[in-house]
Amino acid sequence: MIPRRFFIALSILLAAVLAMSIYAWHMRGRAAATPVASVDTRPVVPPVAGATERVTLYVAYDDIGILRAQSAQIPMPSVRQERAEEVLRALIALYLDKTSPHPLPPGSDIRSVYLVDPGLAVIDVNAAFADGHRSGVLAEELTVASLIQTLSANIPGILKVKILVEGKQRETLAGHADLSNFFDVSAVNQLTSQLQSTQ
Amino acid sequence: MPLISGSHIGTAALGCPAGQSPGPRRCSRPLQLRSNTRVGVQLLFAIGTVLFLAVTLSAAPLEKHLSIYSTAANYSLPIVQRQGRDYVGLLELLEPLGTVSAKVDGSRWRLHYNNVLGEFTADKARARVQGRDADLSAKFILENGRGLVPLTSLNSLLPRFLGGPATLHEQSGRLFIGSVATHFTASVASDDPSRLVFQFTAPVNPSVASEPGKVRLTFNHEPVTAPASSTLTFSSKLVPSATYSESNGAADITVNTTVPLLATFSNDGRTITLAPPKSQIAGNTAAKPPTTPPAQSAPAIQPPTPPSAPRRYFAVVDASHGGADRGEALSASIAEKDVTVAFARLLRQELESRGIATLVLRDSDANLSLDDRAFFANTTHAAIYIALHAASSGHGVRLYTAMLPYSDDEARGPFRSWPTAQSSSIPLSQAAVTSVAGMLKRIQVPVRTLTAPLRPLNNIITAAIAVEVAPPASDVSALNSPDYQQLIAGAVANGIVAIRSQLGAAP
Repeated sequence: MIPRRFFIALSILLAAVLAMSIYAWHMRGRAAATPVASVDTRPVVPPVAGATERVTLYVAYDDIGILRAQSAQIPMPSVRQERAEEVLRALIALYLDKTSPHPLPPGSDIRSVYLVDPGLAVIDVNAAFADGHRSGVLAEELTVASLIQTLSANIPGILKVKILVEGKQRETLAGHADLSNFFDVSAVNQLTSQLQSTQ
Repeated sequence: MPLISGSHIGTAALGCPAGQSPGPRRCSRPLQLRSNTRVGVQLLFAIGTVLFLAVTLSAAPLEKHLSIYSTAANYSLPIVQRQGRDYVGLLELLEPLGTVSAKVDGSRWRLHYNNVLGEFTADKARARVQGRDADLSAKFILENGRGLVPLTSLNSLLPRFLGGPATLHEQSGRLFIGSVATHFTASVASDDPSRLVFQFTAPVNPSVASEPGKVRLTFNHEPVTAPASSTLTFSSKLVPSATYSESNGAADITVNTTVPLLATFSNDGRTITLAPPKSQIAGNTAAKPPTTPPAQSAPAIQPPTPPSAPRRYFAVVDASHGGADRGEALSASIAEKDVTVAFARLLRQELESRGIATLVLRDSDANLSLDDRAFFANTTHAAIYIALHAASSGHGVRLYTAMLPYSDDEARGPFRSWPTAQSSSIPLSQAAVTSVAGMLKRIQVPVRTLTAPLRPLNNIITAAIAVEVAPPASDVSALNSPDYQQLIAGAVANGIVAIRSQLGAAP
């Protein structure tokens, strides 16, 4: 025979467990329903020192599939490598804007740009840039051409460009644009000319 | 008590004398009753068992098998079920194709095929072939010295052993090794709407059977593959349509007809003509519905079956992506890989109908690496390579050539640099793009010509172009429309035909 007090204690405990379970279930539902604020995962970059300069950005427009040269006034440091990074970050910032003509995935960023003489530039983008990039020959080609043309137009002396993702070589950007080879800047210049016309 | 009452009822019913106890010693009837009941129960049990077995056996699935088509031999193997998956014996599969031997070393299984070594480990989903890792997608099974590999792994595993493409139709259990597929076209004769003519790229010898309203051609031994669309429609009231299907290692073409048809073979078994018998034609009125077509096999002239020889191809059409690589998600339900393979089949049909022998590099949901695609395209020595892509952005068609400068590699001897193998063929590729663009413009399709950093264009030693098809307007689902695909495929085929002489000597 179970003593009465044990029975009462057990009942209270069971009731408490049931109540807590219902509460936890309710809270879980609320948490799932609460929208998660989008987080900019880009690392905080120290403010750039130096006077502002006018640079030329080659901006992709998805609606008509072209590249357009566009001027921008941005702070530019004096060191060549930092200038390369800043000009590309300005381009990425434009693509991350709500009204972007060529949206890039949230959190896309340039990790580093390495300038290696003679004439080689290595652009290292983060994983968010490539992992969430839209797939398609033209969509990917516009991104690649935009980056390389913007870099070579503002940093003289670059002849070849290599694009890495998180410091590693990747076969394609998002299934199409080949990232395994070096890009010849003169070939990208020609491609840019083709991409500036809709014909 | 109920028990006694029941005994009385039983006794009375069987006529046990009145006043006599129904006990077993004094009345033999209950004994007989029990004996009869036992026999009855046993009989019922036996009948039930027989019925159960009959039903179970008749409902049991047919033994699955894999039909293998290659230039060396056409054969079939049983597919076995292990752990809920389909498996095949790898040694048995490779045996008819070359010199093969296997050795068991504990849980390891080493397979030598010609000069290629494959190393497998029991219960491991990874293997090594020629020192390179190979993903089997499920565990390797070692069973009494017999190595079983998952059926799904053959698409990636066999090219490593064979050094050539292998296309698996997993659902239907058909495996094509190398360029062996037999393609076909079907059309209603222009002079006689009741005559349906099938043209095959190699001799065929199907079994022909008639059913009410249908004639079925079953290809058990020939590597017949699907046309661009599995349903073919004809502008004939007598032969309105035909459907292509595959199952359990065989291909079927079912012709829907409103009149009985006879099959005749010609052109060394490359042509099958289905037409009403002469008497039927004489008495037939065009719109007369069928009565009851013969239920037995239609008489067929058996064609000779010469050994198949590898074909040479003028064009290689490459449906980009495949398998786990879905390409662009064109919409919630349309993947780029599915559009490209459908478009590739249609383009093959268009090219073949213009007399251009065409190989579709990916004719199933398999994936090939970019290097493999280039390797297979180069080894076929075709005159042109056409990569197919689809995109949701923009409108019309975009044509691409490799983003490489022209350089004449002839001076460098027979060897080519892999990343720039296309350099010497750039002018030909551009000529092909210009020709195709011209044909697309003629039919008012918006077209752009661009260079692109798009592999494997760089690695192709002959003319190489990529065709990216975008929807005609904002509706992405139009990419799946047979009419739109037909329009584009026809123009691309016309463009290739227009520069055929420039591209090189046709095979």
